[in-house]
Amino acid sequence: MQPRILLNSKVLDITIKRLARQLIENHGDFENTVLIGLQPRGIQLADRLHAELKRVLSGADVELGYLDVSFYRDDFRRRDEPITVSETTIDFEIENKKVIMIDDVLYTGRTIRSGMDALMDFGRPKKVEFLVLIDRRFSRQLPIQADYVGRTVDSVVSERVDVNLDNEGHVVLKTIDDE
Amino acid sequence: MSNLSVDHLLGIKGLSREDIELIFTTADNFKDVINRPIKKVPSLRDITIANLFFENSTRTKLSFELAEKRLSADVVNFSASGSSVKKGETLIDTVNNILAMKVDMVVMRHPNPGAAVFLSRNVNSRIVNAGDGAHEHPTQALLDTYSIREKYGDVEGKKVVIVGDIVHSRVALSNIFALQKLGATVKVCGPQTLIPKYIEDLGVEVELDLREALEWCDIANMLRIQLERQEIKYFPSIREYTMTYGVDAELLNSLSKEITIMHPGPINRGVEMTSDVADSDHAIILNQVENGVAIRMAVLYLLAEKIAR
Repeated sequence: MQPRILLNSKVLDITIKRLARQLIENHGDFENTVLIGLQPRGIQLADRLHAELKRVLSGADVELGYLDVSFYRDDFRRRDEPITVSETTIDFEIENKKVIMIDDVLYTGRTIRSGMDALMDFGRPKKVEFLVLIDRRFSRQLPIQADYVGRTVDSVVSERVDVNLDNEGHVVLKTIDDE
Repeated sequence: MSNLSVDHLLGIKGLSREDIELIFTTADNFKDVINRPIKKVPSLRDITIANLFFENSTRTKLSFELAEKRLSADVVNFSASGSSVKKGETLIDTVNNILAMKVDMVVMRHPNPGAAVFLSRNVNSRIVNAGDGAHEHPTQALLDTYSIREKYGDVEGKKVVIVGDIVHSRVALSNIFALQKLGATVKVCGPQTLIPKYIEDLGVEVELDLREALEWCDIANMLRIQLERQEIKYFPSIREYTMTYGVDAELLNSLSKEITIMHPGPINRGVEMTSDVADSDHAIILNQVENGVAIRMAVLYLLAEKIAR
């Protein structure tokens, strides 16, 4: 089956701008709020949002970190492929901060579960929220939902959501057999 | 996506360069973890590790135990003194008895060269060699080369001299393998009596003059004179050794370039090097110790990943 385009570059841009506005609605000037992108695929989205927030808030200081959850995953020793570990860079305190965790796709919910465990090892945030570009609903394996969603899609296990944020970017839904 | 090519860490000889680099990049992440307020990750919480030390050790044992605990593994410790080994139990029996208590991995130090290889062939567990006689001490060589990489950015092309008791040293052998695999050039330096006869077959040059060796190298790894293994006299006296092969600040400062001093510990202050050298900016001895925990976490993590559930 042909890959289905979920967000073309224009809609993607509008979506990211909308998500940024929603964040500002709840977090104002980001004085007590930080962004954390989940490695490896959430960080590009986090970068885009960070840039957009800085643009709209005219250069306000918005903290941005990257979090790798590999050591907290629940599928260690249960996967066919080894886990590839990425870098964690959080150069600020998260104690008592509001944290917005950012990932590209919310699917089973297991990654964000590991992400919350990992985050708590850096301190006790005041509040944690979750932002995703694509929410694959009806496929959750844990009781988890996002606070900010770019686009909700209905998909089946044999499909995959490909988020490409290089240059302008786009998001497509593929059947795994196509590859 | 990569994985270690081995199921046990028996020596550096059996590792590929890619294996070593994978251990290094994994250790980078663990170094980050052990510098956080909560220095612990849950990765190995369903793994039990036995530390079997048939020979004395402080630093290595402590370092392994910390690494295991920071990966959330369950740890049991065993040392030969006060155990049934004294009652005549064989190594395989001892280890199988421990494994019968559902242990997944074994970290072992043993006075006999090849003990880790022997065990890996005869028991059903992952083995990490923490030193086997005068054979290999792989995690020490990994942390040494990792510390060089940390200081210089790369090991490739570096000139390293290993000074001292080469003949009794598992640290020397493992370091030679690791450094060469990573593209460094290695010389050894020490009294002729402490240099193995066929060391040059490993592609290592011998330099008997310490000053010459230090002038040549970027990094000098000063081995400990194993006072407990000097039942045969390899040199006339400790004092003479120190005069010929000891490093002091005066010697370091008279060199035409700045070099880095390493030591696997424990230091005999005033023998291999004077205190002013050991405590100087040239020395990265405490960095080595810190890196030891990160390296051992990486090794245990990567080996545990290969244990089937």
